[in-house]
Amino acid sequence: MMEDIASHIMDIAMNSVTAGAKRIGIAVEKDPRTAMLSLTVADDGAGMDPETVLKVQDPFFSTKTGRKVGLGIPLLKGTAETTDGSFELTSAKGAGTRIRVTFDCRHPDLPPLGNIRDTFLVLIVSHPDVDFDLRYSVDGRTLELDTEEMKKELGDVPVNHPEVIGFLGKYLDEHL
Amino acid sequence: MNLEELKKIREKAQKDVELRQKQARVRIVVGMGTSGIAAGARDVLKTFVEEVGKRNLSDVVVTQTGEKGLASQEPMVEVFEEDKPAVVYGNMDSEKAKRVVVEHVVNGHPVSEFAI
Repeated sequence: MMEDIASHIMDIAMNSVTAGAKRIGIAVEKDPRTAMLSLTVADDGAGMDPETVLKVQDPFFSTKTGRKVGLGIPLLKGTAETTDGSFELTSAKGAGTRIRVTFDCRHPDLPPLGNIRDTFLVLIVSHPDVDFDLRYSVDGRTLELDTEEMKKELGDVPVNHPEVIGFLGKYLDEHL
Repeated sequence: MNLEELKKIREKAQKDVELRQKQARVRIVVGMGTSGIAAGARDVLKTFVEEVGKRNLSDVVVTQTGEKGLASQEPMVEVFEEDKPAVVYGNMDSEKAKRVVVEHVVNGHPVSEFAI
């Protein structure tokens, strides 16, 4: 259902936003020796109790009202497991949530990475009140971008200002 | 991060900021729940974000929300203009988003064929 890893990241990060996170760390890293790709999304949102941690991994559970299924996390878990990877979710009430997933890049069923640049751009710009600490290191391309530092330089100018959007687009193109 | 460039942006954009803080003239909200994302909502959101950047629409804010409750019509977009009823668009894609920017956001005429 999710066509690439970048769409999974978008979806998991949206869960963090919905959980009231003010700071979200996202790291996408490929180990050149083992060809394992790892994805970590860590937030300082509301967190979950142990019962909810189990439930969100169940495809027939959703915290959203009016919907019968909330498939985001089970979908990601499924992708990790079918590509000989791993899935780990740690969370506690009031202490945020951390999801770490690995995929084996040599596995034939691994979905493409997709457009990470677009995922990062829309996350930063459409959530000006949330700080993103973004890290990317895959096949020689690297990015380290902490929007908290960027915002200090920008002062009153919000990250969703047209000038900043233009800057971010170019910056991400150069590094990803 | 090129901090010099950010400083320049800050100086240049400072003027718009006071205007913007009062109230954005137009707010574009894209539904980004799991089913929206699976249906391509990220590309729609990206198109809105980049059009706002390219056209220098400093009085327009693009944001996102969770599930809109009508999964069959995702990706869904709501456009709120000051003092006007909200317009809801369904089954959106990048090309449709560009038309909404030109016809609705810039020129003030909702694109009725995409509205639901």
